[in-house]
Amino acid sequence: MDVLIPVLDTTIRLAIPLLFACLAGLFSERAGIFDIGLEGKMLAAAFFSAAFAAITGSVWLGLLAGIAASVALSAIHGIASITFRGNQLISGVAINFLAAGLTVLIAQDWFQQGGRTPSLVGGARFESIELPFAEALSGVPIFGQIYADLISGHTILVYVGFLCVPLTWWVLFRTRFGLRLRAVGENPAAVDTAGISVYALRYAAVGICGILCGLAGAYLATGLQAGFVKDMSSGRGYIALAALIFAKWRPWYALYATMLFGFLQALSLRPDVVQTILQFRVPVQFLDALPYVLTVIILAGFVGKAIPPKAGGAHYVKER
Amino acid sequence: MDTMPKWADVLLVPLISILIAFFFSGLVILAIGENPVEAIGVMIEGSLTSSYGWGYTLYYTTNFIFTGLAVSVAFQARMFNIGGEGQAMIGGLGVALVCLAIPWPHWTLALPSALLGGALFGALWAAIPAYLQAARGSHIVITTIMFNFIAFSVLNYLLVNVLKPQGSMDPASATFPPGAELPRFSEILGIFGIPFSSAPPVNVSFFVAILACFLVWLLMWRTRLGYEIRAFGHSQTGAVYAGISPFRITMIAMLISGGLAGAMAINNVMGESQRLVMNAVEGAGFIGIAVALMGRSHPVGVFLAALLFGFLYQGGAELSLWTNIPRELIVVIQALVILFTGALDNMVRMPVERAFLARKRRQERKPSPKPERKPAE
Repeated sequence: MDVLIPVLDTTIRLAIPLLFACLAGLFSERAGIFDIGLEGKMLAAAFFSAAFAAITGSVWLGLLAGIAASVALSAIHGIASITFRGNQLISGVAINFLAAGLTVLIAQDWFQQGGRTPSLVGGARFESIELPFAEALSGVPIFGQIYADLISGHTILVYVGFLCVPLTWWVLFRTRFGLRLRAVGENPAAVDTAGISVYALRYAAVGICGILCGLAGAYLATGLQAGFVKDMSSGRGYIALAALIFAKWRPWYALYATMLFGFLQALSLRPDVVQTILQFRVPVQFLDALPYVLTVIILAGFVGKAIPPKAGGAHYVKER
Repeated sequence: MDTMPKWADVLLVPLISILIAFFFSGLVILAIGENPVEAIGVMIEGSLTSSYGWGYTLYYTTNFIFTGLAVSVAFQARMFNIGGEGQAMIGGLGVALVCLAIPWPHWTLALPSALLGGALFGALWAAIPAYLQAARGSHIVITTIMFNFIAFSVLNYLLVNVLKPQGSMDPASATFPPGAELPRFSEILGIFGIPFSSAPPVNVSFFVAILACFLVWLLMWRTRLGYEIRAFGHSQTGAVYAGISPFRITMIAMLISGGLAGAMAINNVMGESQRLVMNAVEGAGFIGIAVALMGRSHPVGVFLAALLFGFLYQGGAELSLWTNIPRELIVVIQALVILFTGALDNMVRMPVERAFLARKRRQERKPSPKPERKPAE
């Protein structure tokens, strides 16, 4: 228990950015827009949230700036892949590089610290929240411990992240907007015939994707860590993409998949724990590569088939 | 189809796209408070005015030719191989294993063997995503991205646990035997009495890269296989109707693509560092995407685009040395080139097409005097 709880605690912290990004990708891809630019949007949001938090001293203004940056990149992706019917994958690649380069360039210009922001302190960071009675219940074995050490004591964005899961499910599967959004990813022509704008729906989906990626990036720089460093998203956008496939484009499974991948990341930080459980040494590199290997296995269709939205990646040309 | 003459399609549209990309790059430089004209001056000064600068420019060019060709061949079959980075990493492993296997007597023996090793390893690394795409329909873009990360972990593990010589601290293989050292430009040109700086790592691999350009051209436009690959890229259903097997073409195109990316390692691993280190590829696999897009997946275009990126890369290094502009400027330029020549291609293409259509219509309305003059001649 004493070993497990810290590992699970780290799992939650590491899984939350993945969860936000995974849900972001879920909205976009359900509407038929592939998005391999999650990584770049996260990185841009991480930088701008940290930069604005450092300058203004308010983490909330930072959060807004991060979301704005991410949405701006989403807009580029939308213009390229919806309006100009460009290749969505190439656009995503471009956005990843754009973010990787611009963040360092601007960071160097603004702060002169070699592409990082100053360390965030006080109100410029999201503080962890103690849930009610956490202190009092911490003495109770197991349940009290779990409540006090695992569930309590995270930043607000962690709880927002968990809330986003049922919210996403509700929006996608219980609202008219969600029905239309899913339809536009499967059969845009049918949606168009019903007199609903395919372009508007897809732009909306890409916009939501931007907001969620903004939350992911802001959590990285102002919640998980205190400030921005170069390339700090370090492949999380791609892991989120992997989790999305793992989850077969469904919100609740996205939660499980990101928790699993977060757990693997937490384990690779604690090779000693793995060794005591398995009784032999597992190379850290193996744990690092496991999410990617699992995704390839899922993609190969050996463990259930992952079927993406039918119209994914295809641009829609209205009949004239 | 006939809205534009061919030269406009092949030259004008890419040129406008690149100019827009450079215009925005200039804006970025302005935005961080530097002078774009001065910056270009520093870049040209540092990369094109001395044999030292040219040496580095051509060294980077060599890398980008290989990865650019790799992405191009996959593009021709309408596949997006983002895995060039991982394939080049594993190609490096192949080159290192060959170079360390025996005490090579002379580079003329070591180079072809290492080239084969690198290409073979790169091709094998591409083979798994290719097979999954061909046989099970797994999206090749996602699998090649995943394989980049897996390649990194594999290489990291092997360098730390297997290839690292005993007592060494940094994760790198042993240094290759002297017989596996490739002659650099200073040595080659020295034979003809031409002085060339001995500092830059540009080496005989540059000529191998040019040969690769020619061979890819030969393959794609002068052989039946190349025709099949291009036909498959144009229309899969049409290709199937013509008796072309999608499985076979997918596998072959990706094996060639991976092999080309892996072959890059003769330049960076064998030609430069003389041992296998972590992060030897330095993003060249990704730059290959920009190079292939800019070069319109044609070997001549790839060569020119690789040269341009070689210049940008070396110029960018000089910029970070002499000005306050970080090296990452190159990543931004790379992103803008990919964005405008790749994703936003239609943004440029559609107005150009409209302009040509309008001109055509105007010409049709008032018939040109040419037909009247003809009988007189």
